[in-house]
Amino acid sequence: MSEFLHMGGYAFYVWTSYGIATLVMAFGVVKPLLQHTQLLRQLQLKRKRGLR
Amino acid sequence: MLPWLTALMLALLAYGLYGGLVLAPADYQQGDSFRIIYVHVPAAWMSMFIYMMMAVSGAIGLIWHIKLAEIVSICSAPIGASFTLLALITGSLWGKPMWGTWWVWDARLTSELILLFLYLGVIGLYNAIEDNRTASRAVAILALVGVVNIPIIHYSVEWWSSLHQGPTVTKFAKPSIHIDMLIPLLVMAVAFKVYYAIALLLRCRNELVQREQGARWLDEILEEK
Repeated sequence: MSEFLHMGGYAFYVWTSYGIATLVMAFGVVKPLLQHTQLLRQLQLKRKRGLR
Repeated sequence: MLPWLTALMLALLAYGLYGGLVLAPADYQQGDSFRIIYVHVPAAWMSMFIYMMMAVSGAIGLIWHIKLAEIVSICSAPIGASFTLLALITGSLWGKPMWGTWWVWDARLTSELILLFLYLGVIGLYNAIEDNRTASRAVAILALVGVVNIPIIHYSVEWWSSLHQGPTVTKFAKPSIHIDMLIPLLVMAVAFKVYYAIALLLRCRNELVQREQGARWLDEILEEK
């Protein structure tokens, strides 16, 4: 296991690559999901105001 | 559809990562550092693939005025930009131990950097124009002009002498990479494509809702919730 994490001495380069890739790709789906919730909330508010 | 795509992507990612990080043998020249390939190459492929998607759907929007094509085009831009950034960063992290430098101004790296600026230009231009439809048309033209860069990126390693290695997979001859290394790479590439589909659907949904405020179908959905 520790040999696996060591990556033949290239641990820093390999794991930083995978780490940044994970962060960037996770951000790419989390952000639109958050925006979606926010957008729907705004529109609901607007609609309720319009109905009254 | 989203849960299915997510499950498919996670399965492909798990298989690709296991194959790439554990099963594949270390490279005889580069040792374990070559394992960066499993994020670097799929990200670089995606940076070009998404650019083509953006330009083609932009052209469709431009010619036939299809709203959905415009939305697909502009929603592709941030995803493509993030993959371009990833390709550059992971390439840099691979270049440091192998070439001894983080960055070199050679044709492959520079043309990929130009691709990043094209994406950023598209995003900036779209946000700078108030009217969505006008903005989409302007962006489509910019994206189409930028298509010139795509073959330059691909052939840069053949046209100019470069530190970057030549193509090992995307060529007409047999790929010069061992099958145990190749399969995880292709699986990762498919996983990244599915990721693009997911991210694109999420972004398009937001853009569509934003553009169609006040439309009856949207009101009906809101009423149900």
